[in-house]
Amino acid sequence: MQYTLSILVENQAGVLSKISGLFSRRGFNIDSLAVGVTNNPAVSRITIVANGDEYVVEQLEKQLNKLIPVIKVKRLDGDFISRELILIKVHCTASKRSEIIQTAEIMNAKIVDAAQSCVTIEFCECTNRINTLIDLLKPYGIREIVRTGTIAVDRGNTALCV
Amino acid sequence: MISGAEIMVKCLEAEGVNVVFGYPGAAICPFYDKLYNSSIKHVLVREEQNAAHAASGYARCSDRPGVCVATSGPGATNLITGIATAYTDSIPIIAITGQVRSDLLGRDVFQEADITGACEPFVKHSYLVNKTEDLPRVFKEAFHIASTGRKGPVLIDIPIDIQENEIEEFVYPDEVNIIGYKPNTKGHAIQVKRALETIKSSKRPVIVAGGGVLSSGIKPKFQLFADKTKIPVISTMMGIGVMPSDHEMYLGMLGTHGRAVANRALHEADVVIVCGARLGDRAVASPHQMSENTTVIHIDIDPAEIGKNVKTEIPIVGDMKNVLNALLDGIGDYEVLPEWNATVKEWKKELHKEPPTFDGYVEPRTLVSHLSAMFRSKAILVADVGQNQIWCANNFRIREGRFLTTGGMGTMGYSIPAAVGAKFARPKRDVIVICGDGSFQMSMNELATIAGNNLGIKIIIMRNSRLGMVRELQDKHYGKRHSATILEGDPDFLKIAEAYGIDHAEAHSNEEAEKIIQGIVKSDKPFILVCDVYPDTPSI
Repeated sequence: MQYTLSILVENQAGVLSKISGLFSRRGFNIDSLAVGVTNNPAVSRITIVANGDEYVVEQLEKQLNKLIPVIKVKRLDGDFISRELILIKVHCTASKRSEIIQTAEIMNAKIVDAAQSCVTIEFCECTNRINTLIDLLKPYGIREIVRTGTIAVDRGNTALCV
Repeated sequence: MISGAEIMVKCLEAEGVNVVFGYPGAAICPFYDKLYNSSIKHVLVREEQNAAHAASGYARCSDRPGVCVATSGPGATNLITGIATAYTDSIPIIAITGQVRSDLLGRDVFQEADITGACEPFVKHSYLVNKTEDLPRVFKEAFHIASTGRKGPVLIDIPIDIQENEIEEFVYPDEVNIIGYKPNTKGHAIQVKRALETIKSSKRPVIVAGGGVLSSGIKPKFQLFADKTKIPVISTMMGIGVMPSDHEMYLGMLGTHGRAVANRALHEADVVIVCGARLGDRAVASPHQMSENTTVIHIDIDPAEIGKNVKTEIPIVGDMKNVLNALLDGIGDYEVLPEWNATVKEWKKELHKEPPTFDGYVEPRTLVSHLSAMFRSKAILVADVGQNQIWCANNFRIREGRFLTTGGMGTMGYSIPAAVGAKFARPKRDVIVICGDGSFQMSMNELATIAGNNLGIKIIIMRNSRLGMVRELQDKHYGKRHSATILEGDPDFLKIAEAYGIDHAEAHSNEEAEKIIQGIVKSDKPFILVCDVYPDTPSI
């Protein structure tokens, strides 16, 4: 089961290693991780996507809550918006250029750089749509992929804050 | 102007600390210099790990955090096992380490070790202080974190320049405000109500008491609850001492090395009330140890423990003190069905057996069971790890005293330094150490600490020239191949005692051992008694 955790932490040195340590010492891999400061500069928000059964997730939530710099932990399991950003460098000869541009347009992705034999595409979307774009571009030859961790927020009026 | 080092001493004084256990080194020298003229007693141990164990023994007997100090690098890394032991056993200690100059951090200079990083998995919290101004807040928070909620060790790593720098004035904060740390101490009213209803309608309830009952300082109330309801009480190893061993409601320790009657009662129970225990694998090896229809009520200050090891129907997160008061308020005049108690008592008789004796040897279980009566009722027994721990856990007839051992981490060599800490916390009480010849050799360097401070600790070494616990495991599971469990080259322990100027004797029978002990109980000098134990004596 894949799950997404939103964690509010005190913005101080060493917090990230405390949190990632909780996963690693139990032998769990983190699929994606993103950290950024919130509207309160003293507070950062960490979004973690990982895999595990109900027991594992519950334990991790409880153990995360025990860390002193952790302020709040929330599992996003209802209706939420998630995004990640990807930059893809695709092999692109002149003959294929229009095809690739068209593919990017269909997906609402943006060409941000072009060179003699490749183009770089920027795409900000949920994981599934990003994977779709990658699949579509694979036949042309992908030279490089850079991907951020997922960030996520609940839909509607609720807000996770201190 | 006031230096960081002086602030550190003042912080300790403000927290009411009057003894610290430690070992100096270059990076912690500014602190030691200020300690020199302070009211705080420094106990020089002979290896840093033992400073942490001593702090643990002190904390357990004084109900306040114990403090240990070490220098940077190897001093700090030597502390790790002691810190990890305190973490697993949920004992509040403050570990203070010196660190290299802050501008040199990460350059691998002499005696540099990333100790906050290394200790990460087994501290409740840690600080690497980077401003002298932060010291008062850090100390205030550290003592607060260590001694509230689920207690545990807090590490404060302080670079030498932070100790040397001076600031305008010292102000110790009155209160702490840690946004992410607000332990819930009051049990949820609805869960308490559910628990009361479940207890009242139960037919065969048992209480499993752990270290949480002792660390919340609720022992008398706990006994009152058991007396009132007549619910049989089982303890985990860390919970030994929640009530006198001879109490009619007490069945002994549960688990793989526990008493048969305790395990049987647990298995037959329809409602199990777990109080401040995590039920680790040595306590409940598999969920089958409980019947499938058992309803578990789990009371613990740490929400992460509930549901971790056993399936729990009624979780109550809170301090034992508050929850027990709520249970006492609501229990009315409920009392267990007399049939259940009669059955349990029958098992208690049925399953009890006297251990056999061997000529020329001391029977350790019998000796331990007679020990308590020879000392004063508030005696503190510190057991080490190995067969000696199990002999003590199952046979020491605790009265009003304490039983100290590392039930969670199982660190060999714990007993002697922990006894040093216990003796400093309770100088007027009898403090007895029981260890094996293996565990004795892990911390016998602390005999110097005992002799140097003339601590009247009585050490009983159960000598079988074996690492008995592992050997037993080899007998059972490894085809009796005794790989590395025969202690060859053991020194003459009596000569060791003599070298430290500690009175000593040797015993080859229980009569002899008891006679020697009777002769030393009133003395306030340290003593070492070496008991020869038949090598095939089992743990249980």
